[in-house]
Amino acid sequence: MFESLSDRLSGVFDKLKKRGALSESDVSAAMREVRVALLEADVALPVVKDFIKQVSGKAVGHNVLKSVTPGQQVIKIVHDELIAMLGGSADQEPPASSETLSLIGVPPVAVLMVGLQGSGKTTSTAKIAKRLTEKDRKRVLMASLDTRRPAAQEQLQVLGEQIGVKTLPIIKGQMATDIAKRAMDAARLQGFDVVMLDTAGRMHVDAALMAEVIAVRDRVQPVETLLVADALTGQDAVTVAKAFDDQVGITGVVLSRMDGDGRGGAALSMRAVTGKPIRLIGTGEKPDAIEPFHATRIAGRILGM
Amino acid sequence: FTKRRLDDAALEELEDLLITSDLGVSVASKLTQSLARERFGKEISAEDVRGVLAGYLTEILAPVAKPLTIDPAHRPHVILMAGVNGAGKTTTIGKLAQQFREQGKSVMLAAGDTFRAAAVEQLQVWGERTGCPVVTTRLGGDAAGLAFEAMTRAKAENVDVLMIDTAGRLQNRTELMEELAKIVRVIRKQDETAPHDALIVLDASTGQNAINQVKVFSEVAQLTGIVMTKLDGSAKGGVLVAAAEQFGLPIHAVGVGEGVEDLRPFDAEIFARTLVGLEVEDAA
Ligand SMILES: Nc1nc2c(ncn2[C@@H]2O[C@H](COP(=O)(O)OP(=O)(O)OP(=O)(O)O)[C@@H](O)[C@H]2O)c(=O)[nH]1
Ligand SMILES: Nc1nc2c(ncn2[C@@H]2O[C@H](COP(=O)(O)OP(=O)(O)OP(=O)(O)O)[C@@H](O)[C@H]2O)c(=O)[nH]1
Ligand SMILES: [K+]
Ligand SMILES: [Mg+2]
Ligand SMILES: [Mg+2]
Repeated sequence: MFESLSDRLSGVFDKLKKRGALSESDVSAAMREVRVALLEADVALPVVKDFIKQVSGKAVGHNVLKSVTPGQQVIKIVHDELIAMLGGSADQEPPASSETLSLIGVPPVAVLMVGLQGSGKTTSTAKIAKRLTEKDRKRVLMASLDTRRPAAQEQLQVLGEQIGVKTLPIIKGQMATDIAKRAMDAARLQGFDVVMLDTAGRMHVDAALMAEVIAVRDRVQPVETLLVADALTGQDAVTVAKAFDDQVGITGVVLSRMDGDGRGGAALSMRAVTGKPIRLIGTGEKPDAIEPFHATRIAGRILGM
Repeated sequence: FTKRRLDDAALEELEDLLITSDLGVSVASKLTQSLARERFGKEISAEDVRGVLAGYLTEILAPVAKPLTIDPAHRPHVILMAGVNGAGKTTTIGKLAQQFREQGKSVMLAAGDTFRAAAVEQLQVWGERTGCPVVTTRLGGDAAGLAFEAMTRAKAENVDVLMIDTAGRLQNRTELMEELAKIVRVIRKQDETAPHDALIVLDASTGQNAINQVKVFSEVAQLTGIVMTKLDGSAKGGVLVAAAEQFGLPIHAVGVGEGVEDLRPFDAEIFARTLVGLEVEDAA
């Protein structure tokens, strides 16, 4: 696999014995390695460029402490800056589950799950529903608005049975907006707190499908609209996140498949381009495999630490 | 069509273009350096520079652009579909089934994803759409056992093609990869030449991790080819270039939508031109 940043930088700084302040040329030599490390971690190029500009400014003139090498010093500066860009601070603890989603509003409130095909929306819908039910004692109803993919509605129904969360009965032939309305009406009548709305996968370049999810949003006025994205996403992460945020308006990101061995650079890309927090990460296929996002851990992973 | 000298700034722009198409830093810089060696300091239009790059890329990709062909000597010709979660395995099976049916072949599908909720039902819908029988077992059943049963049935019914779907699995999950290896072993018990095609399905939006996917799945399931899906979005799928250089596996087809007809042969030149942002004539 790819080299970690510390391996890369050790090469650059072996030649450099001096202590004192980091010069501009020290920093730019180090930043060439940082650039490659971030790109290999799938951080999107425009985000890499901004990051390097920002971190270079901070690093030049920085005093190298007696106890560390210049390489270690640069890594610390890069690491801290990554954590900050990911929305954390170096000593941040994972937030309690009730803080990960903001469900304030007159119940029932709607949570809308959106994203590309196969990104993990249906699975994440069930995981979040289970979490809200068990940890936060919410009464949750799930509904699939996916009228397109074969057996998509059945998939959510089976998951509901597995985790003991109610799903809206399937009525074939109903349109997404009508299912959404039926879900909200049922939840109101039956006293549910939260309605999790799973939607069909869609490409952000597909105008008709984007219009469909916008119509759903307008109908249910969700308190949370979560973009579910694959942690293995490459350079396209910025385009996708920006398009969903501009067109639908997202309140956060759920990164699925963090149990893979990808470096997870998409987290930084999406956060940087939308300014919206990464809320949760998926760590497996099973309904319990979901965790709060932890900026420090992801920063370390991006750098291969 | 203004010409401009190919200088360091222009080369950096080109390298950036390749990186944003997911070619990866090392392939991108290697290609840009080749370009520099050939044309540095010469006057050349932006369009021409891209043309030259597309030429390099076509040269790398053309040798691996090979359609998937069914050998009638195998009864059945067995195709195993593998890949990480959500890549498009089940859908690609449906699309391929349609193409084989159009060629007049009899096709059987095996619902080897016994894990994911409603994965069997999903494949059954594709079976109905394309007129193919689907061999199934219950949720939580043994995938290797199902593959064995499907082999038996496909032989007994003398079908031309058997396509075996598998559950999505990440390549670093060793227990799941071992399960895949077991599926292959069981298939070979019935026909030691099978599976005749072991395909990995790659999602075009995947970044550099795709290389590792191909590597590990190859080791476990002796891959014979690649299908790339979801090229109807904005992702360019540039990892295929590095994959072609490192593994030389045939790239058979690309997915360009969710419909039954949305599968195209992999065309090296069209793919290369799209990677560098050049217009391509509509192949459809
Ligand atoms: N390993 C792993 N697999 C996951 C994770 N989240 C989802 N999956 C798997 O990814 C695949 C796709 O997940 P789905 O939830 O069906 O994705 P989706 O976005 O609803 O897909 P469409 O509705 O077809 O657009 C399934 O095989 C899931 O089991 C995760 O965090 N880790
Ligand atoms: N836009 C587009 N969507 C595709 C394409 N191929 C597959 N899909 C969609 O991607 C999603 C996942 O496809 P599946 O065939 O279920 O993927 P899979 O690999 O079988 O998934 P698991 O079995 O859960 O691992 C579905 O919503 C498909 O409709 C494609 O070429 N373009
Ligand atoms: K995916
Ligand atoms: Mg779904
Ligand atoms: Mg499948």
